[in-house]
Amino acid sequence: MSAVFWKELADHLGSKRFIIFFFLILIVGGASAYLAAQSLSGTKTSPDYIYLNLFTQGAGGLPSFLGFISFFGPLIGVILGFDAINSEFNRGTVSRVLSQPIYRDWWINGKFLAGITALGIAVASIVLIITGLGLYMLGFPPGGAEISRIAMFVVISVVYLGFWLSLGILFSIIFRQTATSALASIAVWLFFTLFLYMLAGLIADQIAPIKPGVAPDVFVKHESIRDLVLRFSPVALYEEATTAILIPQYRGLGLAALLKEASIPTSPLPLGQSLLIVWPQLVGLVALTSICFAISYVIFMRREIRST
Amino acid sequence: MLVVEAKGLKKYYDGVKAVDGLDLEIREGEIYGLLGPNGAGKTTTILILLGLTEPTAGEVKVLGYNPTREALKVKRLTGYLPENLGFYDDLSARENLRYIASLNRIPEREARGKIQEVLELVGLADVADRKVGTFSRGMKQRLGIAEVLLKDPRFVILDEPTSGIDPEGARQILDMITRLREERKMTILISSHLLHQIQRVCDRVGIIHRGKLVAQGSLGELSAVMEKGTHLFELKVSEVTDELLAKLRAIDGVVSVDAEGDTVRIEARDDVRPQVSRAVLESGVDLLELKGHAYTLEEVYLRYFQE
Ligand SMILES: Nc1ncnc2c1ncn2[C@@H]1O[C@H](COP(=O)(O)OP(=O)(O)OP(=O)(O)O)[C@@H](O)[C@H]1O
Ligand SMILES: [Mg+2]
Repeated sequence: MSAVFWKELADHLGSKRFIIFFFLILIVGGASAYLAAQSLSGTKTSPDYIYLNLFTQGAGGLPSFLGFISFFGPLIGVILGFDAINSEFNRGTVSRVLSQPIYRDWWINGKFLAGITALGIAVASIVLIITGLGLYMLGFPPGGAEISRIAMFVVISVVYLGFWLSLGILFSIIFRQTATSALASIAVWLFFTLFLYMLAGLIADQIAPIKPGVAPDVFVKHESIRDLVLRFSPVALYEEATTAILIPQYRGLGLAALLKEASIPTSPLPLGQSLLIVWPQLVGLVALTSICFAISYVIFMRREIRST
Repeated sequence: MLVVEAKGLKKYYDGVKAVDGLDLEIREGEIYGLLGPNGAGKTTTILILLGLTEPTAGEVKVLGYNPTREALKVKRLTGYLPENLGFYDDLSARENLRYIASLNRIPEREARGKIQEVLELVGLADVADRKVGTFSRGMKQRLGIAEVLLKDPRFVILDEPTSGIDPEGARQILDMITRLREERKMTILISSHLLHQIQRVCDRVGIIHRGKLVAQGSLGELSAVMEKGTHLFELKVSEVTDELLAKLRAIDGVVSVDAEGDTVRIEARDDVRPQVSRAVLESGVDLLELKGHAYTLEEVYLRYFQE
């Protein structure tokens, strides 16, 4: 498997699409962090966890780094995976590779690990660059708690991108044409980033309609139904998880939980507590990834390997 | 020892019988030619041997292993040149081979020497560091052979190694194959639809048609079969008399006549059915049935192999 891993990793790191995306994220993330740092360095009122703001605060019409990753991250993950297997069929390399003594699942795993490593390298280095920018602009180093939260943020982001990578690989197995698998991937991306939010709102409106003067518990019910539907979306899972990590005051997920705790003054939680809160979201993301893998294996293990 | 032992091999694709009850035996150290027209089932047979597809029915052993259940063991010992082979175009020839070597867990240092050796053997040493995307079809084919040799296989499967190659290039490839067999003592299976091209290098050939092996043997044996007769007829009559047999033998073009019960088998060089029915009438017995055999070797041969 390591042979596959190293070859695929070298392919990714040298590929144009990877380099283009790397600089795209770097520029957007860097710019929004720069603007955020500019507005922060003036105030100096809450030095607690100020570094985290570099990632959560959008400015000047730019989305925050977090928002950018949660919206465009799927595209990046999918783009590293959507042609993983079908392009090998189209190039006629699959017969040569799979007539060597390797297991087919190794091949998929090697490709996945290489992709996720490339993504990890990209995210980690961009986050490092942004932190470095913050150090330069704010003039003081991040605290230990901030560093561990930023590291946690990187890990969750890589898990999130890993899900999309595994979805791309799955589509590259299902569809013989790379164009088809690219389109299918984009369709799923749009579904989860746009349509599911609308759909969740619609469903909630149906079950617990909000009319003027409605009781607060109906309002809470409306929101919790919305949250429940969104729980199925990797995008929402990621947003919840990273919000809890990057905004230490955050204690529950969803508006409903916030409403319930509105009376309690918010003080930052220790990292362990925040982790406990996001644990289900992380497990959810990993589970979705595993489902993609399971389907990939089932389809690919017994497929005929014929280069046509 | 038998390198390939297949019995009653079948592969059906919903409705299409790609391989239909194939028996195949390949002996150690021989070059076996699998011949057949397009769509005969050559590639499908090869895919089954390598565990790249599962047979619908039948039993196969390659080097003593079951290719479906012990795929890795078969693949460790078998080199395969696919029919539409592709390489990673943006890697050099050497890098492509290095990847295959690492998939075979050949240690880095050993691989370097081996790669150089096989590249020299196929005459690609000068262009080893050029991207494969710039290679011609013939160069890619030779690179494919180099790759097959990289893992020192005991058994080599070449699917249409000369297709799309000019006659001179094909001759070089075939010469290389015979030389390799001499030097490395490998068993080789070559599939092709061009009999005249590969007959020179094969010890034995099998002719596959519509998924069935219709003839098998050394070229000498096969041509002996061909000499004998090209058309087969089966005749059922009310009574087999000596007079009838004599009349049948006298027909122009008939090679042999065998009687068994009320059935007579006739081999001829031509379609002699009109003469046969006349002979039956003249000898005063009743004709119950006259049918031509489903195929003759000559038909297969002529139609597909001597274009
Ligand atoms: N995946 C498939 N689905 C349906 N039919 C198939 C499939 N693969 C092959 N066939 C059919 O099986 C038959 C045998 O195909 P095969 O590729 O083994 O022929 P071949 O002898 O290698 O021919 P060629 O000389 O063209 O390479 C053909 O009729 C082909 O159409
Ligand atoms: Mg073929």
